Amino acid sequence: MDKDNSSIEYSLSVNGNSHEISKSWLGESLLYVLREELGLYGSKNACEQGECGSCSVLMDGVLACSCLVLAANATGRNIETIESLSDDDSLTVVQEAFIETGAVQCGFCTPGLLVTIHDFLETNPEPNVLEIREAISGNLCRCTGYGRIVEAVQIASKQKSTGQGGDDVSS
Amino acid sequence: MEFHIASSTEEVCGLLAEDPTREILAGGTDFMVEVNFRHKDPSAVIAIDRVPELKQWRHDGDAVSIGSCVTYREIERGPLSTIVPALAQSARTVGSPQIRNVATIGGNLGTASPAGDMIPVLLALDAKVIIRSIDGSREVSIDELITGVKETSLADNEFIEKIRVPILRGPQEFLKVGPRNAMVISIASLAMVTDLERSAIAIALGSVTAAPSKAREAEAYIQDFLDWNVMTVESSALPNFRRLVGEASSPINDHRSSATYRKHAVGVLGQRALLRIFESRDDG
Repeated sequence: MDKDNSSIEYSLSVNGNSHEISKSWLGESLLYVLREELGLYGSKNACEQGECGSCSVLMDGVLACSCLVLAANATGRNIETIESLSDDDSLTVVQEAFIETGAVQCGFCTPGLLVTIHDFLETNPEPNVLEIREAISGNLCRCTGYGRIVEAVQIASKQKSTGQGGDDVSS
Repeated sequence: MEFHIASSTEEVCGLLAEDPTREILAGGTDFMVEVNFRHKDPSAVIAIDRVPELKQWRHDGDAVSIGSCVTYREIERGPLSTIVPALAQSARTVGSPQIRNVATIGGNLGTASPAGDMIPVLLALDAKVIIRSIDGSREVSIDELITGVKETSLADNEFIEKIRVPILRGPQEFLKVGPRNAMVISIASLAMVTDLERSAIAIALGSVTAAPSKAREAEAYIQDFLDWNVMTVESSALPNFRRLVGEASSPINDHRSSATYRKHAVGVLGQRALLRIFESRDDG
């Protein structure tokens, strides 16, 4: 949106790095700043109204839709995006489980689901199917029908509880 | 363009007194949708979601005082879920985990949508809203606060500080109808609360009236058919009760539902809630 010459400046802590944001419009969402200012394209922009969960991030460890966060109000908070999930080229247990069950089709919902599921398994390491379905109820997937995603969460849960860490689960 | 992150209620009062056009931002789950879709173009915002006293709740005599920035998540999962069970039920039906983690009780009231799911529960419980400004505090009921579709009696320099919710002994229910179980805006909803000390029942409706509304005739009617000692209801009274609940609504036709369906559905919800609380008995 075309605004007058006044803009606001603030800093954001994203995945452990501090960024100075300037020439910013007050109404910008955190999702917009992540993608268009910081080049973090993993968080997807689909609905812009909190319906789809494709833009899910953690703010101070709390799962939220970054499209519904005023970017300026994310200052002073620790933001973690999908890009922070693994440090290098290795995959997490949940990512491996997604590959094993075929939980990825078009892939647009996948980053949001992975952020959601990693957060969920931290607080509920051995969930039942109903708990899994409620946990991912804010992440829309129009391809899979969710069956393979639920299955992936179950596999990841088992892998985590047997302490196999990031080992390849498909072998 | 200016943005303030308030750290105390006094600071919020001062900022609003200085310039009452500054907008209040709580959880942002309604506010940011408006902004993202260019229905709102904020030039001055006060974020209140880091004010410690607004994020807390505490026992307050025979009530609980819930700060306006307490989240759905906390109401759904924390100790409040057993203290005000219908409020927790309504919290759980809203949005998704992502939404409930940040959306607030004060935001639900401030947005004042007829589909706000906490509103019928708070009305049925006769909750009071404490409104703050630099001039002091005032206390209003839910139907004094919310005067119409997305309309409140809040002055420009006021904000919602907390909600005082009576703690009642007795079963409570919140039910809603929508196209699916998650991420859904209510087509019709209903809150029913009982007070075993006074043998009282209160019923409030959601999404079927412009402003918060109770089903007073249905409440009065059903009293004669309840046995509070054994918690039963005479089954012969159910059709009339269902009709009276429906007649307490004044729904509209819109893209979510027809008025006819809403009126029918809210009656069904009334009967369903009643039968979850009172066992049906045939009076031969």
